Amino acid sequence: MAFLCHWCSYAGADLAGTSRLQYPPNTRTIRVPCSGRVDPLFIIRSLLHGADGVLVAGCHPGDCHYLEGNYLARRRFALLKSILEYVGVEEGRVQFAWVSAAEAGKFAQVIAEVTESVRALGPGQRLIKSKAKETL
Amino acid sequence: MTDVAQAIRDTARRLLADGRVDVVIGFEAGTLPLRSSPCFVRDAGDTDRLVWNMTCENNLARYLPRVEEKAGIVAKGCDARSIVGLLTEGRLERERVYVIGVPCQGILDRRSIERRLAGKEIVQAQEGETEVLVRGEGFEVALSKEEHLHASCRACRSRNPVIYDTLVGDPVAEGDGADEYADVREFEAKPAAERWAYFLAQTSRCIRCYACRNACPLCYCRTCFTDVTQPQWLGRTTDPTDTLVFHIARALHVAGRCVDCGACDRACPLGVDVRKLTRKMEKDVEKFFHHKAGMSLDEPLPLATYSLDDPEDFVQ
Repeated sequence: MAFLCHWCSYAGADLAGTSRLQYPPNTRTIRVPCSGRVDPLFIIRSLLHGADGVLVAGCHPGDCHYLEGNYLARRRFALLKSILEYVGVEEGRVQFAWVSAAEAGKFAQVIAEVTESVRALGPGQRLIKSKAKETL
Repeated sequence: MTDVAQAIRDTARRLLADGRVDVVIGFEAGTLPLRSSPCFVRDAGDTDRLVWNMTCENNLARYLPRVEEKAGIVAKGCDARSIVGLLTEGRLERERVYVIGVPCQGILDRRSIERRLAGKEIVQAQEGETEVLVRGEGFEVALSKEEHLHASCRACRSRNPVIYDTLVGDPVAEGDGADEYADVREFEAKPAAERWAYFLAQTSRCIRCYACRNACPLCYCRTCFTDVTQPQWLGRTTDPTDTLVFHIARALHVAGRCVDCGACDRACPLGVDVRKLTRKMEKDVEKFFHHKAGMSLDEPLPLATYSLDDPEDFVQ
C-alpha cells in the first residue's frame, strides 16, 4: 500500500511512468493531498486489512506544497514507527520516503527496495485477526 | 483527618461561600476500604464530605472540560499537569478554573495490596504516617506505603502541582533524578518476539470497556475513533489484534500529551498494562522532540509543531 502525496511523490510516480522506468507492480497507490494528510490510523488500518507493507512518500522537508505538512507528518511517523516496532510488528512493514516530482529514478528505486524488503518479511500476520495467534 | 484534608475543606468552603466557584471537584470517602470517589460539592455547608488521602486515585482534570460552571478542583501533581494540557489545548479557560494544588506523596496501588493479601478480603483500612493498616476477618497487617505505591507514582517527577491558585500543604521532595524510563528501556531491550507475546497476552485480557479512555483527562473527543463506523478504523471485537490496535492508537492519540498520571492503568478492571504503551510514547516524545507534557503553558503541543532538525533517519 503506497500513500503518495499529490504534489511530489505522485508526480514522481507519474514521471517514472512516462519515462518508461521499470519497477515492481506490487503497490496499490492512494493519492493523498499531502503526507501530512496521512493519519497513523490509515497505516494501521491498511495493516489490519491485510497489506503486507505500507509506504508513505511525500515531498522533501522544506518542499511541502502546504509549507509544513511533511514536517508535522515526520513527527507523527517517528512515533508510529517506534510504537509499532516496540509492540513487535516487524521493522520494515511501515516505511517512509521523500520523493520529489523530479525523482522518477528514486521513486522506482524506493518501490523496488520496499517490495524486496517486504517480500523478505513474508506475508503480514501479526495484525491480521485469524493469524495473530499463530505468530507466537 | 489530616491537616491537608482540613485545609481543602476550608478552601472549598471559602470559595463556594464567596461565590468564586460554583462547584468544587474533590474526593469523598469511598464505599469500600482503600477507595475514594470523586465528588462534586456545590454547597458551602457540604464541604465536610471532602477528604484527602493516598487512595484519591482518579485524575479529576477529567471532569473539567465537561463541567460548564466555574470549578474549583483539588489537583495533585499529575492532575495539575493535565490541567496545563487542557489549557494548552484550548479545552478550558484559565478564569473558569480555580486550582487547589495539593503536593502529592503518591497514590496506593490497590492491586498490589490485594496481591499481597492473596485474595483475603479487606474490611477496613487505616492510613498512618508510613504504613497503612489493613484489617479483615482474622487478620490485621501493617503494610509499607512506600512499597505499595502505584507504579506511575514511583516514576513521578512532578509531585508538586505545576499550576495552582492555592497550594494546600507543604511542597514535597520530588522523585530522584535516577533514570526515569528505566522500565521502558528494560522492556525495549527484550527480543521483538518476547515483546510481541507480552502485548498479545496483555491485550487478550482487554474487554473493550473503555474504562482507560473514560478515566483519561485528555480523552475528551466527542466521538472517539473507536466509536466511528464510517470509516470503521478497527474492529469492535475483543480479538487481540483489535484490542492491541485500540491500545496502540490510543497511545498515539495521547502521545506528547499524556502526563503518566496512571488513571487509565488504575481504571482498568482487568489489569491490562496500559502504561507500557503510553510510557513508551512519553519517552520517545522526550527523546525525539525534547518535550515533557503539561509542564509549561507556553510550549506548543509537540505534534502540532515541528523543528527543522527532527529525527528522520527512518525516512528513505
